[in-house]
Amino acid sequence: MADKLFGLIDLNWRFELTKFKLIRNLFKSRWFPLLAIILNLFIFVIILISGLIGGFSAGNYNFGIMIVWILWWVMLMFVLVPIFSRAWCLMCPFPVFSDWLQRGALFAVTGLKLKGLGLKWPKALKNMWVMNILFLVTTFFSGFFTVRPLATFILLGGIILLAFLIGLVFEKRSFCLYVCPVSGFQGLYSQFAMAEVRRKDPEICKNHKVKTCYVGNECGYGCPWMLTPFNFTKNTYCGMCLECFKSCPHDNMAFNLRPPGVDLLVDEKRGLDEAWKAFIMLGIAMVFFLTMQGPWGFLKDWVRGASLTGYLTFISLHTAFSLLIVPAIFFFFSYLSKSFSGAKEVSLKKIFTNFSYTLVPLGLGVWIAFSVGIVLPNGSYILHIISDPFAWGWNLFGTRSVPWTPVFTGALGYLQGAVLVLFYLFSLAYGTRLSKQTYPTDGQAKRGWIPILIFLTLATLAFLWLYIG
Amino acid sequence: MKNIRAISIFSFIVYSLWLMASPAQAAEKFFEIKAKKFSYTPNIITVNRGDTVKIRLLSEDVHHGFFLDGYGIKTSAHPGMDGSLKFIADKPGRYTFRCSVTCGEFHPYMVGYLVVGPNSRFWLFAAIVLVIGIGSIITLNRVKKTNG
Repeated sequence: MADKLFGLIDLNWRFELTKFKLIRNLFKSRWFPLLAIILNLFIFVIILISGLIGGFSAGNYNFGIMIVWILWWVMLMFVLVPIFSRAWCLMCPFPVFSDWLQRGALFAVTGLKLKGLGLKWPKALKNMWVMNILFLVTTFFSGFFTVRPLATFILLGGIILLAFLIGLVFEKRSFCLYVCPVSGFQGLYSQFAMAEVRRKDPEICKNHKVKTCYVGNECGYGCPWMLTPFNFTKNTYCGMCLECFKSCPHDNMAFNLRPPGVDLLVDEKRGLDEAWKAFIMLGIAMVFFLTMQGPWGFLKDWVRGASLTGYLTFISLHTAFSLLIVPAIFFFFSYLSKSFSGAKEVSLKKIFTNFSYTLVPLGLGVWIAFSVGIVLPNGSYILHIISDPFAWGWNLFGTRSVPWTPVFTGALGYLQGAVLVLFYLFSLAYGTRLSKQTYPTDGQAKRGWIPILIFLTLATLAFLWLYIG
Repeated sequence: MKNIRAISIFSFIVYSLWLMASPAQAAEKFFEIKAKKFSYTPNIITVNRGDTVKIRLLSEDVHHGFFLDGYGIKTSAHPGMDGSLKFIADKPGRYTFRCSVTCGEFHPYMVGYLVVGPNSRFWLFAAIVLVIGIGSIITLNRVKKTNG
């Protein structure tokens, strides 16, 4: 019998979008996603210039800050990640310079041998830990780069420079896979996405001796993300560069729509690095809400560095909360899960790691609800800044004088509550299945699930209280 | 039959919450709120549904604003030139009031809360979460018994 999500959607359901000729041709064209990257690069040049010379010290009237921290962030959390997986990575301009340098061409396929030192990324760091730490460290400066144009310039400029330097030294997209602070949480939450890149017929791949999707050919480069497109099974590390569509001579790659969250059940490469990413994301969401949307002035003074003591207190508490306290609480409930289940043969590490994936839907919901609280009150600033991106008095689209206009703020609490409840439901739906994967018998799975269910319920209530309580 | 019972229990919980949300004796509440980069004092004000709320806004440094989410009303204050607002708190729930005049780099984060009690919106969603959580355990056990 088919396993159905909420008894409604068959988890094996797929709808191949690339069966439409137009989409298939687009995906096979070398112009795509390059054109999207170039367009994005143009926007990022404006962002960087506006960060450097964009006038206002307050970020709400700065092009770079509003585009990156309102529009981009909201698009990422509302649409790109939950629906299209790592669609941002597809169009991200950060690695374009190192790609160009490695390939010796921006557009054409120049050969299988790439330039640069091409060193292998250290084996011990082939995981999410560097990204986890870098993302956490980046949030230490949230009180600067979300409000001060120059700080956004430094942050983005630094990331672009780092991507280039790492591309000079290490092979392919090592930066995207192991370093980029934005990559880690996209990878984690893309497991929830409603779209995927996958091979179609496994037999075709099995009989195709030269794995061109991995090594490349005259039509496309070997997977820049160093995956094996002929058999990978989850979205986490697929940057959707679409090279495999170009290099597959059998047209055996597909871009599918699917039920949300199915990757959470793929028991492959689960690890503590990904678990900690889930904890860090929950911790950061709570800290961000308290400091940005909470009413406590002393917290804002800490975050914006009004005093060194306050700032160091913020960093210390934030780090301890995200890296230690959230995981410790979850560990306690994992321990209870093991005790309740009575399954002595299942390791606590396995229980802790497997159940940490229940935090993916909830975490995504928490971030979507958080982002709703940012965009509804502040989205109208975008109308101003697109008309006057450098604060030079331009009025490109006639919207420069549109005043700050919060919208639907009366519905804000209902929206946030509804989003949290919806994603809590997804967490429960996948949690029960993860429990069955974790424990050998049905009875153990049911008993072992109860403490985790209690944790998820308490976490959801905590965020409900924080957002609307 | 079991579904009808579950729906009845759920409806009872939700109805009870709405009853809880009935307005208490309406009164007039006055608040003097001081605005200073980048916070309000008091930062949380609590009233009952139906209360008439009068607010006097004072600025202690630069020009600050006060926009109340959900109610869509606003005022502003310069140092020495106060702003004022009067409204009936007829919408239950927690609403953010925020600075509506760009006052410095942290301006978008300068917020406070108006809680119009009882906060039925929060309790409604909290009840839904609890009902779902408890319901999922019951459902799981029922599936087990059915399968068994």
